[in-house]
Amino acid sequence: MNIDNIKKQFPIFDNKVQNNDLVYLDSANSSQKPKVVVDRIYDFYTKEFSNVGRSVHYLAVAATNLYENTRTLVQKYINASDPNEIVFTKGATEAINLVANTFGQKFLQEGDEILLTELEHHSNYVPWHYLRRSKGVKIKFAEFNSDGEVTIESIEKNITSKTKMIAITHLSNVTGAILPIKEITRLAHSKNIPVLVDGCQGAPHLKLDMQDIGCDFYAISCHKMYGPTGLGVLYAKKKWLDALPPYQGGGGMIREVKKEGITFGDLPNKYEAGTMATAQVIAFGESIKFLNKIGIENIEAYESQLTQYGEEVLRKNNSVKLIGSPKNKGSVLSFTLDGIHAHDIATILDEDGVAIRAGHHCCQILHDKLGLSATARASLGVYNTKEDIDKLNESLNKCKKIFDR
Amino acid sequence: MELKELYQEIILDHGKNPRNLKKSDNFNKDAAGHNPLCGDKVHVFLKVDENNKISDIAFEGSGCAISMASASIMTDLMKEKKEVEVRELVDDFLEMIKKNPELKSKILAEDEKTKLMSLSGVKKYPMRVKCATMAWHTLTSAMQNSNKEKSD
Repeated sequence: MNIDNIKKQFPIFDNKVQNNDLVYLDSANSSQKPKVVVDRIYDFYTKEFSNVGRSVHYLAVAATNLYENTRTLVQKYINASDPNEIVFTKGATEAINLVANTFGQKFLQEGDEILLTELEHHSNYVPWHYLRRSKGVKIKFAEFNSDGEVTIESIEKNITSKTKMIAITHLSNVTGAILPIKEITRLAHSKNIPVLVDGCQGAPHLKLDMQDIGCDFYAISCHKMYGPTGLGVLYAKKKWLDALPPYQGGGGMIREVKKEGITFGDLPNKYEAGTMATAQVIAFGESIKFLNKIGIENIEAYESQLTQYGEEVLRKNNSVKLIGSPKNKGSVLSFTLDGIHAHDIATILDEDGVAIRAGHHCCQILHDKLGLSATARASLGVYNTKEDIDKLNESLNKCKKIFDR
Repeated sequence: MELKELYQEIILDHGKNPRNLKKSDNFNKDAAGHNPLCGDKVHVFLKVDENNKISDIAFEGSGCAISMASASIMTDLMKEKKEVEVRELVDDFLEMIKKNPELKSKILAEDEKTKLMSLSGVKKYPMRVKCATMAWHTLTSAMQNSNKEKSD
């Protein structure tokens, strides 16, 4: 894989940021965008714009076809069995809210349990929390171990006869642990429990095969996947999308509207009320093509090598303490630096053009358990290099120098 | 270099060894502040005497060098100040951090002003201004004895 060639496809790296070459290590937060994606948005608005699915004029038909093309591209990319199993949302957050809300409404009662993990991002906890209040359901958290991993045993011991849903991350955005989601799904299904996977961190980095994983729901954040903001994907097995009630009501999702009652449209319209993020969906098709061109297997291999290199470099730096050491680790390097708060690190690194994230990364439960109020996090994307890691390490040494004066 | 302006020695000193970092005994007013974006926390404790003067002030909390130094310097400067002076100093500090080049208040001695002005480097880092101001907003809440969490 020729990394130079890939980096050149991202216009953000053409310009200096505060007089520095950009070392972008915040892709777990949001990835940069290749030119094909940016251009697609421009071209759509300047040459092809129309709303989709409603009018019969030329532009409307063409735009509808483009929109539906992306649905098929996503279906194939994740190996879903039907394009109608792909629902576009405003983000992974909305995708999880959609499931929590509709599943909760239809299937949950007081005393039922939802099993999450302590690694979850707030977006895979808060939507379920509402069901605590509205339905009286109980939320349990499978613990992570000292390596920052959640094992199948940790899941298993928390399952009871009351467990009605298991909602877990694919890849922790703090420890980088890749969860055994396929095995967890097998276990859950053997007990008739559906599984939702928060794939925000998994989808940009790992090969996805819904037939192989077997999960019932998989939530994707498009802006972390070299795509536009304001867009997410909910993959859901057709049997669930048929069984669950609609989420939001509005135009486009109905079949017949009468004063005395309403019938709802077929899939996928049932879950796509109102005018959708049309330009973003169409541009996201280019993100999928971009990933396909490089090959997700190549990306996985390259990023895994780079993550290992990052771990080695940071472990050699005596002041750095890495958070978690999972055996199966994705492109995330969270750490603390002796005596220097994460926000001070981030500010000092920023001066060198090194962009990282500092804080709790929307994982307060994880940070509370570790007794940390904040950590620093460097996260990788397809455009990162070993030089970026070296630059990170150099700037971390500069932090020490400033603070040890 | 701007970083040196931000992380002046006095800031690093107060950041590493914050003064008045304890839960004060016999406090009669207090308030907690929390920045949910970064997790920084501060809890300010005051003992206000019958003449509306701060006879003791302390804080508990955790956070970055800027927020710890700001709370440390603030608690140092507020001791023995009257309520009206505290209000003037808080406003003056917040205005300086936002826009004013200098402190206007005449309450502080020159060396005290220098100490406080060491936080002025934050101006060039808009994302860090809240780190410097959290303790001050929390002090205002404590004076009003509004024990509510202030999410600034």
